[in-house]
Amino acid sequence: MLGEGIAKGLAETAKNFFGSYVSAERMTTVEYPEQRIAPFEAARVFPFLVYDGADWEAGLRCVACQICEKECPPKCIFIVKSTEKKPDFVGKPQFYPARFDIDISVCMSCQICVEVCPFEAIKMNTEFELATVDRFGGLLLDRKQLAKSNEYYRQIHPTEAAAVDARLATEKAKADAKAKAAAEAAAAKAAAVAGEGA
Amino acid sequence: MIEKLDQIFVSLLHWLVSSLPATLQPLAGVLLSVVAIVCLFPALFALTTVFERKGLGRIQNRLGPNRIGPFGFFQPIADGIKSLTKEDIVPLSADAVVHFLAPVVLVVAVFMGFAVLPMGRHMVLVEMDAGLLFYFAMGASTELAVFMAGWSSRNKYSLLGAMRAVAQMISYEVILLLSSVTVVMMAGSLSLTKIVEAQSSYTWGFPHWYIFTPWGCAGFVMYAIAATAETNRSPFDLPEGESELVAGYHTEYSGFKFALFFLGEYLAMFSISGLGTTLFLGGWSAPFSFLTWIPSWTWFFSKLMLSIFVFIWLRGTLPRLRQDQLMNFAWKFVLPMCLLNLLVAGAWRFMGEGWPRWFVCSVILVAAYAGLGLSEMRKGKIGPRSYRYAE
Repeated sequence: MLGEGIAKGLAETAKNFFGSYVSAERMTTVEYPEQRIAPFEAARVFPFLVYDGADWEAGLRCVACQICEKECPPKCIFIVKSTEKKPDFVGKPQFYPARFDIDISVCMSCQICVEVCPFEAIKMNTEFELATVDRFGGLLLDRKQLAKSNEYYRQIHPTEAAAVDARLATEKAKADAKAKAAAEAAAAKAAAVAGEGA
Repeated sequence: MIEKLDQIFVSLLHWLVSSLPATLQPLAGVLLSVVAIVCLFPALFALTTVFERKGLGRIQNRLGPNRIGPFGFFQPIADGIKSLTKEDIVPLSADAVVHFLAPVVLVVAVFMGFAVLPMGRHMVLVEMDAGLLFYFAMGASTELAVFMAGWSSRNKYSLLGAMRAVAQMISYEVILLLSSVTVVMMAGSLSLTKIVEAQSSYTWGFPHWYIFTPWGCAGFVMYAIAATAETNRSPFDLPEGESELVAGYHTEYSGFKFALFFLGEYLAMFSISGLGTTLFLGGWSAPFSFLTWIPSWTWFFSKLMLSIFVFIWLRGTLPRLRQDQLMNFAWKFVLPMCLLNLLVAGAWRFMGEGWPRWFVCSVILVAAYAGLGLSEMRKGKIGPRSYRYAE
């Protein structure tokens, strides 16, 4: 009959109207600045640089290989390679970034830099409240602003960070074993040389 | 005491005017009443905007505005400041004089309608013998304002919106008038005060409101449909359909002129609800005889706000009609029903007291509604939409 649909619709909206006062699960609104929901674990906003240990400058994993700089589609990464080397987490001497800037006003959050990094040095952050009054300087983050500790990484992406830690640990163990074997071989060789000499 | 409370505004007015010389008294009385109306209804408008937004929010399981003031109730103040401080842009090619006049004409014409509405016992600004006629004359002139706005803007969207508005308002004006004519037939007067008085007697505690008769009920439904269309409210908001026409006839208005249009629209809603209340819902009379001690103006305004709530409810429920559906609905369904309702009202009048007239009138109206509705739906003129090319 004519008007049936209107009656049905009116009943539905009336149910919503009164229901919204009695049942809390109807209201899906999160009143953002006061109420917050934890970001999803896989959330990605802008990249940051991971460092190990307490000193951000000494602990940066980045070796300034510049792969991310070349791969970045909008070209928002700018790296200056250091002239001297410093030992990395396995003790191998590596370059480090003398400058590492990301312009987050250009970054498109594609995560390609993270995918291509062979050193687990760059990861995606979940921090999104980055508004600033200075749109040029304020949105150009240098390496100090980008550096975040590995603990922070574990906190925001627990699953991913655990896998990365495991991989780095095996790498380090392998390197340690290799170094140990090399040292042993060297010691044996030295002993043999000494024996021959004697 | 009860009498005093009922007449509090009338006595206040008399007390205020009594200190003046006798020659000035009528003028001062009218001026004071005008000031009261001009202050009260915009205040009600401010309140309604925030209630509407909150109500629509609740209908969609949202919270609605809640940032400014307690529960967001100071939102209209913020909106007012915003619209006052916004730049007032007049398009270069617009007809500046008409462009400026349109919102003024709209608001003035709408305010005129309030002059004849009885808002309580003895609370009517102008006691007019042909009050209803005056009201409809003023209501019809809002169409002029809408067309002035659309035409003077020199913008295709404005013009389309204005064209739609005029077509819609003229079509539904016919229904509005014909559904009100039944009330005039019964009350035997065009005076709105007399119409309310005719409804304010009680049988077994129940009032003699016209909505409680078959012809009155049908008339009220048709009046409500026409009122929604006249005030350009959803689902009849084609003149300003923002998904098609930007904002229709007020596309080229900004700042305070836009606020005036907004105000005019809501005031039209109040006044047309007030008229509907007066014609069918017994105006300021109480719904039960044991509630007559509550001041009459409370009843008028509670009925008014209830109608506003229904308007908001409809807006939150129904999608916008298409132009052809709108026209078909008006001319092929509601208008025949209106004409039939006139006959039914005549039959009711001449069949005398007793249950036979209830039975006959109800059967005729229900049968006509079902029959006409079914046949129209079968023809596809009204009812679910069908798409020829988009399947």
